[in-house]
Amino acid sequence: MTETNPIIVATEVHKWYDTFHVLQGVNLTVERQEVVVLMGPSGSGKSTFIRTLNALEDFQQGQITIDGMELSADLGNIEAIRQEVGMVFQQFNLFPHLTVLQNITLAPIWVRRWPRSKAEEVAMQLLERVDILEQAHKYPGQLSGGQQQRVAIARALAMQPKIMLFDEPTSALDPEMVKEVLVVMRSLAESGMTMVVVTHEVGFAREVAHRILLMDQGTVVEEAPPEQFFQHPQEDRTKLFLSQIL
Amino acid sequence: MSLTQPNRPSPPSWKSALTWLRRNLFSTWYNSVLTLVSLWVVYQGGRGLLVWMFSQAQWTVVQVNIRLFLVGRFPVDQLWRVWLVVLMMAAVTSLTAGILQSSRRGLMGVGLVTAGAVGLVPLFKGQSSDIIWVLAIGSMALVNLGLGPMLKARLPSQRLSRGMVTLWVLALLSLLWLLLGGWGFSPISTQQWQGLLLTVLTAVISMGLSFPLGVLLALGRRSPLPVIRTLCIVYIEVIRGLPLIGILFVAGIMLPLILPSHIQLDDLVRAICGLTLFSAAYLAENVRGGLQAVPQGQIEAAKALGLPPLLVVWLVILPQALRSVIPTIVGQCIGLFKDTSLLYIISLVELTRISRTVINQPRFIGRYAEVYLFIGLIYWLVCYLISVGGRHLERQLGVE
Ligand SMILES: Nc1ncnc2c1ncn2[C@@H]1O[C@H](COP(=O)(O)OP(=O)(O)O)[C@@H](O)[C@H]1O
Ligand SMILES: [Mg+2]
Repeated sequence: MTETNPIIVATEVHKWYDTFHVLQGVNLTVERQEVVVLMGPSGSGKSTFIRTLNALEDFQQGQITIDGMELSADLGNIEAIRQEVGMVFQQFNLFPHLTVLQNITLAPIWVRRWPRSKAEEVAMQLLERVDILEQAHKYPGQLSGGQQQRVAIARALAMQPKIMLFDEPTSALDPEMVKEVLVVMRSLAESGMTMVVVTHEVGFAREVAHRILLMDQGTVVEEAPPEQFFQHPQEDRTKLFLSQIL
Repeated sequence: MSLTQPNRPSPPSWKSALTWLRRNLFSTWYNSVLTLVSLWVVYQGGRGLLVWMFSQAQWTVVQVNIRLFLVGRFPVDQLWRVWLVVLMMAAVTSLTAGILQSSRRGLMGVGLVTAGAVGLVPLFKGQSSDIIWVLAIGSMALVNLGLGPMLKARLPSQRLSRGMVTLWVLALLSLLWLLLGGWGFSPISTQQWQGLLLTVLTAVISMGLSFPLGVLLALGRRSPLPVIRTLCIVYIEVIRGLPLIGILFVAGIMLPLILPSHIQLDDLVRAICGLTLFSAAYLAENVRGGLQAVPQGQIEAAKALGLPPLLVVWLVILPQALRSVIPTIVGQCIGLFKDTSLLYIISLVELTRISRTVINQPRFIGRYAEVYLFIGLIYWLVCYLISVGGRHLERQLGVE
């Protein structure tokens, strides 16, 4: 490693659900502007891990530092960290009682304390960027899944986060809508956003990721650039996983 | 199923009426039997009632006492203050309704009600000033219903909602000022608030106060802090286990005995406390149902945006939870309105109590049926209005 200023450092993260040891010492370092893809079988702890990065889940052992701020147990700085970390969920989770525009401007207005006019201007730019400008005044329930997910991305971006987390952003979509969301994510990566993405989209991982991690049973089994990950996996577990999804 | 265009209603004619009859009332032999039996029952019951209403009942008891029913012993020379309050409330309510939903039918409804009310004034031996008040109230409501959509189109929604909240607060404050007096008006004791006026006021104020309290209790019941949670659960379960009449009894009769004698609580204040504390417990349970219906994902998405816990509740959870429980809350408003009839036990002269006074007038001894039918009609009318308003609100705000 030549770079020395990572934006995410997670060391030996352990988490238990009661007696179930769901994260068994996960390590991850993400450099600025890096795109990291997490893969692994269902139930291996990918969601749990990515959600510890913005404190939606707590953990019992280890250390996580986001942009120099430590996610500590007392969680006094929890909102400060979450403002720097955007998250996109599998189920979109747009607010159904607010219009698309209100969904996007909510946090900038109430958390960043921007004036409404500025928040709306930024929101409109973002809607244009995710190619959905004409839907600004509709409610989420009136949009297709692909459109909703693009709004969800715009909503997260409106806070101008330094990191974007994606937890299977295309898994709940009909096949014909997967592409429109991936296009947006790809352009986001090209613009230099730091991204941690849980996905099974092999094409996206191969072309966009700088590094791919394979998780299994709460640990990182293998970690490699896409080329090597797909062509020359080192671990048997990775070979087995790839044979199942390719 | 017929294959005619679904969007175009067929022109009304006796033929389509016959088809409707056949399809809805006489589709099978047992449906026909049911229809005939129901018709017979309705006829038998209805005929007796109608004959009584128009030939035997003596409605003078209502005619003569109408003011007593509506405002009780409110000073007659100060009645304009009540009219002004009604005018003001009609103004804000209609403006709010117009902003929420512009509808021709609303305009027509207000027009019809006004016309009907004007017609009623002479029937109840009212004066010409009453007609003027009714007309003023009706036209104010009509104008505001029309004004609402225009305001909505012109003003940014943020400023509009802020303006409306201010307007409501001002209206409620001036309501209290007008009815209580002081600051230039002659003071009126709350003991002179009686009849329907008292019924409506206690119901509205108690509901208004129990709303925030109920929401807080519901949130507290889900609080991660065990002390708060336990307190809320105990409160809710204790209150729900007691009959309202018992709570009013405690508030009205026990409280003065328990409290040190220099603290004198107004009867009305005690009544409102009792109703509020009672209603809040039920409201809390209703709201809790709505809170539970908000998916976990909504909360996570709000947190992930960096919203602090209070804002998560205020901006994301509560709006969704409250919308989903509008129907049950409307039901509760109706219940509370009718529950005010129990206030007679702490010697408040609300609508039901004043009817007893009327029946005891020597001139009208024994006119139970007329009086109770009349106040029954009033209760029904108010409850029906709440119900209609609630349905509109639900349609306007409902999350699909
Ligand atoms: N709230 C919870 N309580 C108990 N077990 C859980 C909870 N959430 C997840 N798990 C378990 O943790 C494991 C990892 O889940 P998850 O992180 O969602 O996996 P992935 O996203 O890789 O499919 C699963 O076995 C799941 O059943
Ligand atoms: Mg998952």
